[in-house]
This record gives sequence, structure tokens and C-alpha cells, in this order.
Amino acid sequence: MWIYDKKLEFPVKIKKKDPKLAKLIITQYGGPDGELGASLRYLSQRFATVTPQAKAVLTDIGTEELAHLEMIGAIVQQLTSDLSIEEIKANGFDAFYVEHGLGVFPQSAAGAAFTANAFQSKGDPVTDLYEDMAAEQKARSTYEYLLDMIDDPDVAAPIKFLREREIVHFQRFGEALEYVRQHLSANHYF
Amino acid sequence: MNMTLYKLTQLDFCAVDLQLYLDTHPGDTKAIAEYNKILTEASALRSEYERKNALTAKNPSATDKFDWINEPWDWEAQYN
Ligand SMILES: [Fe+2]
Repeated sequence: MWIYDKKLEFPVKIKKKDPKLAKLIITQYGGPDGELGASLRYLSQRFATVTPQAKAVLTDIGTEELAHLEMIGAIVQQLTSDLSIEEIKANGFDAFYVEHGLGVFPQSAAGAAFTANAFQSKGDPVTDLYEDMAAEQKARSTYEYLLDMIDDPDVAAPIKFLREREIVHFQRFGEALEYVRQHLSANHYF
Repeated sequence: MNMTLYKLTQLDFCAVDLQLYLDTHPGDTKAIAEYNKILTEASALRSEYERKNALTAKNPSATDKFDWINEPWDWEAQYN
């Protein structure tokens, strides 16, 4: 089970609105390499994994990705809070506005709604961990492309934090894969 | 920014990161000692924050008004 902790994993304190940027960053909320997909991928895959280490890593990273989802939601919300109709029209936020108002909706930067089709849960511990390592790299690339678009240091700070977490997660998944490999080669004779 | 919450956020993050490290290095006794130390410090800081502000997680509330609903919710721009 899970318990909500009423604080962000890393502070999000944005002073300047920027709806154009919000439309891009929202891809890490509900896009193909976003935090929601990451969390569901790991929390689903852990039911079919082996070794205590891989179970712990999938559970803990799957949980941390939910904290990242919350950070991205906070960034999007703070970049769009109290927008006037004029600001909405002038910044191309009108299409999002007519569908979601100033709410936060899981979608990609291109406007495609969240889908589980961007990840797998294959029932094979080795296959799944390879996917997870690739997923962390895809998320890292996305954060780097986003950083190319960001000038405001208040927005860059949490995005840089999230980018660094992808690198740590990649490392831990790699270590978990080693445990799984050793376990499988000790128990099975091919 | 509330500095107690900020320090708690830092300590809790250290615990998240160390926990993840310990998942794949469960025999690292130095890291376990560090992890335990951080949890103790964080829990003291959490009590201090909760006394003055809002509950952060499931903890006993003040008896006259349910503390959990107290602001701030950490994502809100007005508490920046
Ligand atoms: Fe990640």
C-alpha cells in the first residue's frame, strides 16, 4: 500500500508564468517517456520479477516516479496559474484550455492522451529490466531536450534534479539485472 | 519557503536515494548506519514541522482540529 507524504520530493517554486513551456513539460506527466508511464511500468513488472533486490528496486523506483509525477504536475500548474484569456490566446494554450481549463491532464507535448501502449510488462525479469534501463535513458533524453527550451532557473532546477534521478535509476536497474542474471544462471541449466 | 520543510525535504531525499542504493548493496554496513542516522534526524525534524504547521503523513492529530487538512499543500504557488 501507499501513504501520501504532504511535500514534494524536491521544491518547485516558480515565480513566472510560461504557458508555452507548460505545454512542453506536460509530456513528462502523461507522454510516452513520462513519469506516469514509468511508475506503472515498474509497479506492474515487479509482480513477475525474481530476487529480493529486483523486487525492492522496482517497488522503490515505481514509488519515486509517482513523486516525480507530482513534481511535474506542480511545475505545469505553477507555469499556468491564473492565466488570463488574453495570455491563453497569445501563447497557444487555447486548445488545451477548451478541453481541460487550467487543470492538469496526462498528455504528451503533442497533445496525445496518456496510454499504456508506450510500455510493457513482459513477464520476463531480464526483458523487463532491459526495457527499464532503456526507459530511464529515454526520460533522460527528454529532460535534456526540455532543458534546451528552458531559460528560467526556477524551472530548470527541478528539471535538472529529475534528469539526475533518471541516471541513478538506470544504474540501479543495471545492478538489479546482475542479481537476476546470477539467480537465473544458478537455478536453470540451459 | 518554509526552511524546516526544506531541510526535511533534503533529509527525506537522502533517505530515498540511500534506500535505493541499499536495495542493490544490502551488505554495506556503513551505508546502513548512515541510512539509520538520516531516518532519526528526519523524524525529529518532521515532528518539529508538524507541531507548527500541518501533518505531513499519517500521524496523530491535535484533538481540537484535524491537522491533516492544514495548509500548505506543497505544490501550491502561493506558498512559494
Ligand atoms: Fe526514473
